[in-house]
Amino acid sequence: MSAEGFLEAKNVVFSYVNESEEPPVKNEVLHGVSLSVKKGEFVAVLGHNGSGKSTLAKCFNAINIPDSGTVTVAGMSTADEEKLLEIRKTAGMVFQNPDNQIVATIVEEDCAFALENLGVEPSEIRRRVDEALKTVGMYEYRMHAPHKLSGGQKQRVAIAGILAMKPDCILLDEPTAMLDPRGRKEVMETIKRLNAEQGVTIVLITHYMEEAAQAKRVVVIDGGNILMDGTPREIFPQVEKLKSIGLDVPQATELVWRLRQRGYDLPADIITEEECAEAVFGLFKKSSRERVL
Amino acid sequence: MLKDITLGQFFPGSSPIHKMDARFKLILTVAFIVMLFMAKNKWGLLIGAVFTLMTFLISRIPFTMMWKSIKPIIPLVMFTAVLNLFFVKTGEELFKWKFILITDEGLDTAIFMVSRIVLLIVGSSLLTYTTSPIDLTDAIERLLSPLKRFGVPVHALAMMMTIALRFIPTLLEETDKIMNAQKARGSELDTGSFRDKVKGMIPIFIPLFVSSFRRAEELATAMECRCYHGGEGRTRMKQLHITYIDWIGCIYMAIFIAGVVAANIIIQS
Repeated sequence: MSAEGFLEAKNVVFSYVNESEEPPVKNEVLHGVSLSVKKGEFVAVLGHNGSGKSTLAKCFNAINIPDSGTVTVAGMSTADEEKLLEIRKTAGMVFQNPDNQIVATIVEEDCAFALENLGVEPSEIRRRVDEALKTVGMYEYRMHAPHKLSGGQKQRVAIAGILAMKPDCILLDEPTAMLDPRGRKEVMETIKRLNAEQGVTIVLITHYMEEAAQAKRVVVIDGGNILMDGTPREIFPQVEKLKSIGLDVPQATELVWRLRQRGYDLPADIITEEECAEAVFGLFKKSSRERVL
Repeated sequence: MLKDITLGQFFPGSSPIHKMDARFKLILTVAFIVMLFMAKNKWGLLIGAVFTLMTFLISRIPFTMMWKSIKPIIPLVMFTAVLNLFFVKTGEELFKWKFILITDEGLDTAIFMVSRIVLLIVGSSLLTYTTSPIDLTDAIERLLSPLKRFGVPVHALAMMMTIALRFIPTLLEETDKIMNAQKARGSELDTGSFRDKVKGMIPIFIPLFVSSFRRAEELATAMECRCYHGGEGRTRMKQLHITYIDWIGCIYMAIFIAGVVAANIIIQS
């Protein structure tokens, strides 16, 4: 990670200050985190509650300004107030609760909100709103009221609202945590498509291992420090290490890990269910052949 | 379910009235109210009634909706009618029983006042039937925008209205959930004296307030993330367009106002 990344955090220290107490209590959440994300990457950030993963994401969006260290987005420092709108336009953020991030009473109006704030020409807003809604597959619902939509649909509207700004990067802070399995799938597919087809850099904060396994890179944060950083195939086989910090691994990886512990001969770097089924099937075939012989 | 309530009374459609610019509708509604109060005799009011009926027909709003808008004000209408009927003592006697005296003038005034109130409500509810809350908020923001010069935070007010409209269903749904949660914990919300019922509301409102503040904070962050920085330099996706329909609407209204004025003058002389 030598070259300057698209999102770049260097030795970031961040603490929340509780001012209601006397003297104010300082709670340091990030202890010198360095992370670099290249353009077009799909990074999943894992960590249990309170590990600082959301705090880090908010640093990339200039919502949190680090106490020390620097955060740059496309070369712009988040400490530079002049660049605030530019940074937020470049790195959009989607939050956990879809209800609390939709502003307007009609889907398309909400989608237009960011562009209206930026003072874009009305005809251009119209064009980009339609495009964004089509991208997330919510165009038919453009005249609906948000409260009548399902969780997954609302979250896709929220993504469209960010997408309309044409950001180079989208930060998603546990976007699927409040959704049912179907909604989760809809949102994940949208995210993956954005990354693959439009080359949008994705930083996905999650605690669903199956979602993280779909990313191209996984970063594990624990206690305000980066613990692991690599491809899913490098990270997930380290089952013991992940379990020691209270995280799970994808079910397929866990199954293979347990089988390996019992002495079965299986590859360790299995992360998807298909691979797992294939490997286990191979195992059965081999053992039945051995029995025949 | 609480969730199913419709917001405002908007009745979607594609009539010329629906297509009119919300600003014009707002101004013309005010003109309509002025017209009703200008009418000095029943002929003037009759013109007002014809106008209301015709507008209703043009808007293609079902007449049952008309009744729906009158229903809540029936007590007020009755009160006005009774008051005028019994307390106007001038004119020819129509009916007398002990201390009750009804005169023809009293009857006239009662009918006049009642029709005026009914027309007022029916006519102005047409505005909310044919205009979505969003358009209405927008129209109010634009009509009030000259006040910005005097330091009135017009944009902030309109934004507050929009957010309130957006969150009413969400908070209603949440109230529903909290009520069910409290019922599951054995709180009795529907029984007991009035005092008990009021007391029973406390465990509903406190969680609701707490969650509203949390929502407000999250929404503020989300708005910041979408580059919200107040009304300055803001554009709007939907531009309000003044079309020929709006001018026809103005002429239509002007004809009726002229009719009312004419009725006033002719009957006087």
